[in-house]
Amino acid sequence: MQISNRTKLFIPAIFFLVMSGLLLYGLGQDPSRVISALINRPLPTFSRPDLFDDAKTITSEQMRGGIFLVNVWATWCPPCHAEHPYLLEISQRESGVTFVGVNYKDDVKAAREFLAERGNPFKLSLVDLDGSLGIDLGMSGPPETFVVDKTGTIRYRHVGVIDNKVWAEVFVPLIAQIQ
Amino acid sequence: MPKLLVIVLVSLSLLAHNSFAAIEELEFASPENEARYHDLIDVMRCPMCLNANLSGSDAPIAADLRTEIYKQIQAGRSDDEIIEFMRARYGDFIMYQPPLKIGTAMLWFGPIVLLVLGFFILRRLLITSRANSNQEALSTDELQKLNVLLQDSKEQTR
Repeated sequence: MQISNRTKLFIPAIFFLVMSGLLLYGLGQDPSRVISALINRPLPTFSRPDLFDDAKTITSEQMRGGIFLVNVWATWCPPCHAEHPYLLEISQRESGVTFVGVNYKDDVKAAREFLAERGNPFKLSLVDLDGSLGIDLGMSGPPETFVVDKTGTIRYRHVGVIDNKVWAEVFVPLIAQIQ
Repeated sequence: MPKLLVIVLVSLSLLAHNSFAAIEELEFASPENEARYHDLIDVMRCPMCLNANLSGSDAPIAADLRTEIYKQIQAGRSDDEIIEFMRARYGDFIMYQPPLKIGTAMLWFGPIVLLVLGFFILRRLLITSRANSNQEALSTDELQKLNVLLQDSKEQTR
């Protein structure tokens, strides 16, 4: 096939436009949004003490047969403070979802007081004192929230604060889909 | 007084610049294990800071992952096992160097392909320009005509 010289003249321009398009697309992407390696994988098995009762343990086995929202938080994390009132609100509103709190590398006493004072959105609260559960979850830092479906599979990971916008745009459609 | 203040501030800032994140004091069973530890924390990326490796990051999660790597080395796990452990949790992102697969082929081979392509385009341009210059060379017939014309113009200007 012979390409005419006229057409050849446009090759650099086309190449330039394609590269510009790709780079422009790249600029729009948020590099801090890393897709978790755990999406569509089972929730890691764990057994950790109950935040409110050291003698009791909470295991990953208890997170089966329903939709669970696993929120990793700490009292030393300011964004978690910002997120808390909203978590409280949606936990009261959403009856189909069980809220699980993972208290991450925190002072247990401070965490208990925090929830007693400001309200407790979590049906289950467990303690990850050394952050090892955080590593198993592929965490980068609190607050992070994982959605677990009825089969115990992680379906979504949200890094950062959950607010009205994120809840309505991401969580509501996802929960409706996996219900 | 202000001069002294400046000196103090400048030396403090120099100190800050030279400090490194990974300063945990660790004891290893062997120098080989210590070297492995440093290699691993150099090739792995901090999940929080995107552009720092585990050895160069101050993030709490980077410290946790360094401790995890240390523990696994002490427990006698191999480099491959440790990398697999991290990859299962953090994906390919944890490795600074992307693995070679279909999705990343462009990263690995794109620059080479572009270089070769550029080389061929340059070669073609050189060949065509040489061919053009050959075309422009005059035949003996044309040379004679040219000489006549030049002669004429010289005579005219005289």
